[in-house]
Amino acid sequence: MPQDIVPAIGPPRAAYERERAANTRPVGWHNPDSSGRYDLAVIGAGPAGIAAAKAAAGRGARVALIERNAIGGINLHFGSVPSKTLIRTARSYADMRDARNFGARVPDAIDVDFAAAMQRVRRVRARLSRDDSAQRLAAVGIDVYFGEAFFLTSDTLDVDGAKVHFRRALIATGARPHMPRIPGLAEAGCLTDETIFDLSELPRRLLVIGGGPLGCEQAQAFCRLGAQTTIVQNKPLFLDQEERDAAQILSESLSRDGVNVRLNTTALAVRVADGVKLVDLVSADYYNTIGVDAILAGAGRTPNIEGLNLSAMGIDCDIDRGIHVDDFLRTGNARIYAAGDVCLQHSYVDTAVASARLAVHNALFRGRQRWSSVVIPHCTYTDPEIAQVGLSVREANRRGIPVKTFAIPMHEVDRAVADSETAGFVKVHVSARSDRILGATVVARHAGDMINEITLAIVAGIGLRTLARVLHAYPTQAEAIRLAADAYNRTRLTAEIRARLRRRMDRQWSREKT
Amino acid sequence: MADDVDDADEVLLDRLQRAAFDYFPQTTNPRNGLVADNSRADVPVSIAVVGFALSAYPIAVERGWIERAEAIQPILSALRFFRDSDQSGGPTATGFKGFYYHFLDIDSGVRVWRSELSMVDTALLMAGMLTASAYFDASSPDETELRELVDFLYRRVDWRWAQDGADTIRQGWKPECGFLHYGWEGYSEAILLYVLALGSPTHAIAADCYKQWTLTYQWENLYDIDCLYAGPLFIHHFSHAWIDFRELRDKFMREKCSDYFRNSRSAAYIQREYARRNPREFAGYDENCWGLSACDGPSDELPGVVNKRRRLYGYAARSVPYGPDDGTLSAPSVLASLPFAPEIVMPALRGVLARYPEVLPEGRLSSGFNPTLADSDGRAWVSPGHYGLDQGIVVMMIENHRSESCWRLMRANPYIRAGLLAAGFRGGWLEQEMRGAR
Repeated sequence: MPQDIVPAIGPPRAAYERERAANTRPVGWHNPDSSGRYDLAVIGAGPAGIAAAKAAAGRGARVALIERNAIGGINLHFGSVPSKTLIRTARSYADMRDARNFGARVPDAIDVDFAAAMQRVRRVRARLSRDDSAQRLAAVGIDVYFGEAFFLTSDTLDVDGAKVHFRRALIATGARPHMPRIPGLAEAGCLTDETIFDLSELPRRLLVIGGGPLGCEQAQAFCRLGAQTTIVQNKPLFLDQEERDAAQILSESLSRDGVNVRLNTTALAVRVADGVKLVDLVSADYYNTIGVDAILAGAGRTPNIEGLNLSAMGIDCDIDRGIHVDDFLRTGNARIYAAGDVCLQHSYVDTAVASARLAVHNALFRGRQRWSSVVIPHCTYTDPEIAQVGLSVREANRRGIPVKTFAIPMHEVDRAVADSETAGFVKVHVSARSDRILGATVVARHAGDMINEITLAIVAGIGLRTLARVLHAYPTQAEAIRLAADAYNRTRLTAEIRARLRRRMDRQWSREKT
Repeated sequence: MADDVDDADEVLLDRLQRAAFDYFPQTTNPRNGLVADNSRADVPVSIAVVGFALSAYPIAVERGWIERAEAIQPILSALRFFRDSDQSGGPTATGFKGFYYHFLDIDSGVRVWRSELSMVDTALLMAGMLTASAYFDASSPDETELRELVDFLYRRVDWRWAQDGADTIRQGWKPECGFLHYGWEGYSEAILLYVLALGSPTHAIAADCYKQWTLTYQWENLYDIDCLYAGPLFIHHFSHAWIDFRELRDKFMREKCSDYFRNSRSAAYIQREYARRNPREFAGYDENCWGLSACDGPSDELPGVVNKRRRLYGYAARSVPYGPDDGTLSAPSVLASLPFAPEIVMPALRGVLARYPEVLPEGRLSSGFNPTLADSDGRAWVSPGHYGLDQGIVVMMIENHRSESCWRLMRANPYIRAGLLAAGFRGGWLEQEMRGAR
């Protein structure tokens, strides 16, 4: 039997939650003996903190990892993992409804089992929590502390009264969802991406405030799970960091799924009447009120910078940017570094992990690795997914770099046609009159997987000419990247070069005659 | 250019152009010169359509379809109306700061539908006024008055105000909420707007404004064709109806060794390539049946219903290659590509007319047709009536193809030239005429 099949009668909800708790915040845990000096003290055991602690321990450092809540951070408990798990379920229902598109019969009745979907979220979360459980981290030589930490001096932390001495420290306390300031919202009650996975019942009507990656992902997922969903975004397009075509394809996809898309719209106020949350909306001069059962505010993050005694350590920070770091991820205090959401603009797990490794290298080995030279891909896990890496065309234009884009619509890719997944494109931006890849945007059902090849190419300095020589398994959707490289190669076949090739063939044939 | 078209084509084009022109006298309120947005009952005026009407009359005079003295009357009426209109910017005014609301009542000329003060539609209106002013160059009292009114109305437009302190021009403004923050992202029909705003002797915007907009451009290789990308076809027509972009290059086009004329030609070829591939498998699409643009189409929108899966978009800008595409095509947009790519436009035009004669009610091209939604007799869904924007662009582009007269009229306009130079355009007729001037 395949491993991933759910037993017909699964363990009760509590069992998964117990397993996760036992892994991430074991009852009766004894903090280690804190005498002696750690090479590195890491505050916060989210993706950045765990990565930093493992990287340092793996290089022979003595490491303390301090967590005030549970190991795993937002990623495991609230963010990427549960959200992607739920998105997968939602996609299954969308495929069922869309079965005709795949040459299959639409099931007679598609009843969404929301409880089963949430049960799966808990199961997956429990399964992944094993990998970085407190016990396993301790087993690789990391001293795991549970408790509140703050800086006493530039080389000492207080952890629930115990003194932890260090040579270098890394702040990886992350960020929490930012509640938009809308009158009545707090009183009416509002889900965040931390609390939405505690739902036991699907809200009949859902309002999502904010059209960033999280808002778009959840709006689509909950709509597909059967909630009447409205999303409001106070800008002309979703995902304002992405290019116009990507955002427009996303708008169209959300609309097609049945999400009520409200761009250029602001939520003004919320009130509750007869158990219904009434939200006043305005788009330019058009005012209306919608009634919903739940509100999700996906917008923004607030860095966790409180209670650490940062200013006394000479560390600058503010509530918008979080902790201020230089290009080496060092704070205003030369012994203290920061990584992850607490100091970075991009709130992504891969970014957090990369920043943690870089900070550890710089902190412990006098490294001079620069954060600005790291190539950061990111992906929004809507359907289709929207992934981006490197420079955008807008940014290249702003820097005065002439840029040309090779665009391959997914309908040009055999496998995408076979899969009926032709929405989207691969756009590779190259420096004009060269094959050097500056960046790329991929919109496709599996864009997140496809972007990795382009990230590799950028990091390794591989141009489109070389990519054209890389055979891609046929038929795969990633072939779109090779098609872009082929398109580039064809632009090199100018009339002049074709004439030269013609002459060469003519010479060869005439030699063969003699 | 006209060599690509044989005599039969010439007859067909003349017939379509004449029919398109006739839209304007038929839908104009003679008392104020205002023109209906479309031919259906009880519709308002679109100021952009008035701009096209003003551009169409000189063509009609030259073609002998109307007397010069007769043609000038609706133009004078419109210009006098705009001069005397309420410019207070109130909710029921006609305009503000020299701009006008997008939709006006055809009798009273006041704002309807709570429409926005529209920068780009005012630009189209102004382009029409300047065309008329360039054509009616006699010293008669009527024609003198016409030119003076146009100069007054153009100079009154406060383009700088429309910047709202930002890098680029805002798209709209409403008395109820101020400027609309829709933003200009990527290439669009706005070159004309920027040229007119840069050429103003009274309220010119800074040249940097145009540069800031062009920073959002994307130069793409799509289906092996290099193009400054924009999905709907009309974007590649609207500025080009008035401005002859052949060999004219701004910084961006110099860098790409192209120009906006060749770019519109590429856009037509990309449309044809898309239709030939027909990725969404709609009926009718092939290399002689294309034209995704802003047009009227069938709609499945139900009043009051929001959470419904939609497949049909009504009046919307349809776009290549990423959609929206619901199987609706715009025949006028194909014809508007005539000056750029006659060798593919004429076969497409003939192909569509042969297969779907229903797209030509009353001998005039309808806005949109959808062969996927055919009736039981196999006749395509056709948008009822006619739209002024479609007829205007058809009249002008056929004329540019036949005689280049719209382009020639605007070449002589000092504001257009000043605006193009300020935007950094060089070469083509701009250079020749500069050399000529020296």
